[in-house]
Amino acid sequence: MDPILLLLATLDGIAYAALVFLVAVGLTLIFGVMRILNVAHGAFYAIGGYAAASLVLAISDADFSPWLSFPALLVAAAGVGAALGLVIERFLLRHIYAKEEVLQLLVTFAAFMILEDVQRLVWGVQPYSATDPVRLLGTVDVMGIPYNAYQIILLPVIAVMVLLGLRWFLRRTLSGKVITAVTEDRETAIAMGIDARKVFTVTFVIGAVLAALGGALASPTTAIQLGLGAEMIVLSFAVVATAGLGQVEGAALTALLIGLGRSFAVYLVPELDVLIPYMIMVLVLLFRPQGLFAVAEKRRI
Amino acid sequence: MNGLLKLSIAMALALYAEAAAADKPDTLTIGITGFLSGPASVFGEPAKAASEILLDDLNREGGIGGVPVTAVWVDEGAGGEHVLSEYRRLVQDVGVDAMFASISSGNCKKVAPLAEDLQVLNIMWDCGTQKIFEENSYRYVFRTQANATPEMLSTLLYLLKTKPEFESIAVVNQDYAWGRDSWHIFSTALKQLKPGVRVVAELFPKFGAPDFSTEISRLLALRPDVILSTAWGGDLDNFVRQSVQRGLTERSTFVLPLMESSLQRIGPDMPEGVIVGGRGDHYFLHPEFRQDPDFQAFIERYKAETGEYPIYPVFHIAQALSALKGAYEKAIAANDGAWPGKEQVVEAMEGLEFRGLGRTVHIREDHQGVEDQMIGVTRHDPAYDFAVMDHMMIFPGSAITTPAGMESTAWLKTLSDSILDLPVQTYRHAE
Repeated sequence: MDPILLLLATLDGIAYAALVFLVAVGLTLIFGVMRILNVAHGAFYAIGGYAAASLVLAISDADFSPWLSFPALLVAAAGVGAALGLVIERFLLRHIYAKEEVLQLLVTFAAFMILEDVQRLVWGVQPYSATDPVRLLGTVDVMGIPYNAYQIILLPVIAVMVLLGLRWFLRRTLSGKVITAVTEDRETAIAMGIDARKVFTVTFVIGAVLAALGGALASPTTAIQLGLGAEMIVLSFAVVATAGLGQVEGAALTALLIGLGRSFAVYLVPELDVLIPYMIMVLVLLFRPQGLFAVAEKRRI
Repeated sequence: MNGLLKLSIAMALALYAEAAAADKPDTLTIGITGFLSGPASVFGEPAKAASEILLDDLNREGGIGGVPVTAVWVDEGAGGEHVLSEYRRLVQDVGVDAMFASISSGNCKKVAPLAEDLQVLNIMWDCGTQKIFEENSYRYVFRTQANATPEMLSTLLYLLKTKPEFESIAVVNQDYAWGRDSWHIFSTALKQLKPGVRVVAELFPKFGAPDFSTEISRLLALRPDVILSTAWGGDLDNFVRQSVQRGLTERSTFVLPLMESSLQRIGPDMPEGVIVGGRGDHYFLHPEFRQDPDFQAFIERYKAETGEYPIYPVFHIAQALSALKGAYEKAIAANDGAWPGKEQVVEAMEGLEFRGLGRTVHIREDHQGVEDQMIGVTRHDPAYDFAVMDHMMIFPGSAITTPAGMESTAWLKTLSDSILDLPVQTYRHAE
């Protein structure tokens, strides 16, 4: 493989990994703290995308400056994530924290399916697309190949900012440290007087906003259509499982690994393009069943 | 005379007696399967909206032979098993007079033997697989439009006629039966008619893939003269939009045989000079009928009720309804004006000629419809906020459809350059 193609495949892989990371990190954060695998996460992604596309289209219909579409993506993500996150945590998850894992999985899966139908009711069956943000940032030439600045600069920058922001939040702020404490040892944390219920709510909303942000940031590059949420939840679960459930930095590295694996596959063995993320997952889990970055669970007596 | 023959004659007579004595029903009911959910609902919903308008028009003019027609829809999006059980229920419990199934080729393959078992007239109104009548023969199953072979061959012929100098090609098709089969047909014919062309990439991204960035980077680096994609729906929208954003449409000639159904969604972003088709001569500005008052009235009513212009599945459902009407009328005439039995209607389908919203279609002895194919290139007209078609060529279906009794791959390998001299009518877009 010549060095130019190597560079091109790397750029494609990074751009793809940035979006996958945003969704996967929310999923892994929620799991780390609450020990719930939230299937409805995929629906947050899709609804974030629909809401962002609608808002960007409304801005362009109203003849406002198209640059407003960038804050619109963030507003849509924050709005959808906060609203859905709060409602689902408060009225659904809160009732099942003490229940078996299988039941929790089924309940979030049911929420996912209900939200899929909500999407159909609200946005209908036609694909939605709002490409203004990509157009505004234009393209950059890499070795004679035009790339969207939006995809190879903005998305990776945002992904790195989210990663650094989360690290700082979890390690340097009091609320972050409280969340980390609950993740490490819930019982001791509660015994120390930490309000676990509040921690759960905050974590779930942060996770939901991250999923919606992933969808919102994807919407300028892809048509938002029915079935998108299912696609994303499967892929981000592969990332989270490979990294080890609950691992924030691990999710970033694994997203990068899977992104690069996929883009190299398209250049070298396009037939394997779809399989690559899952092949990586199977290989990793065969040798490290707890995931690449997970520390072995301490046995509590 | 042996026993079996006697039995057959007795059964035939019994059928005839049943047929000749059929009473005129109060209504004719059709069951229609189509996608009303999932990605392919971009085809099912327009066809359903069109069927309501067309049936309303038909019933206002007295229905079929004085009998009003109603339709019941089944959602193919609920899965193949659901389609089969609903199909059985509609035929056996509801007692529908005919079935129109389906959009998915997979579902067409499943319902064909079921229609034979249930002895119900089944019109394949939209599915594209050419294999149905090449691998099996059916009594009750008919297709009222072309299949993948003429659709792909006409696309290739248009490319060879308008861009004969191309030397390399890449394909980006969805990774499922249609994506694979359509490329097989196209590439087989290409090897036969222009053997030196290099295939530089064969990419089959996952069905429903949201992001084609990597494929596009690779194609930008490979610089093929021609890029073919038979994708449709949101996948095609994504591939085209992302290619435009990255300048790929400026480097390579795009050939998109199903693009007619995505033009309105892509809107002003669609580049000019892209070779596009709509699975037949299906186009809301059909150059031969756009002045026709009935055609215009339908297009205007459809636009008023749905907010969109009709796309090819609308034309397909119109053809299926027109064929059903034609078959009943032919059978009534053959029955001296008396209402025909269902076997007589099935017999009337063979050799039937009918017109939906495009040119006349003819049902061949193997039950395959022979339909003309229109291909054109995109251009912009300020009267529309999306791209329209220009330099349209209409290819005669009889010359580009695999002859009855032959298999498509074998037939395509017998093609010679003379097919390029086929007389075709060419039309410009009229502003």
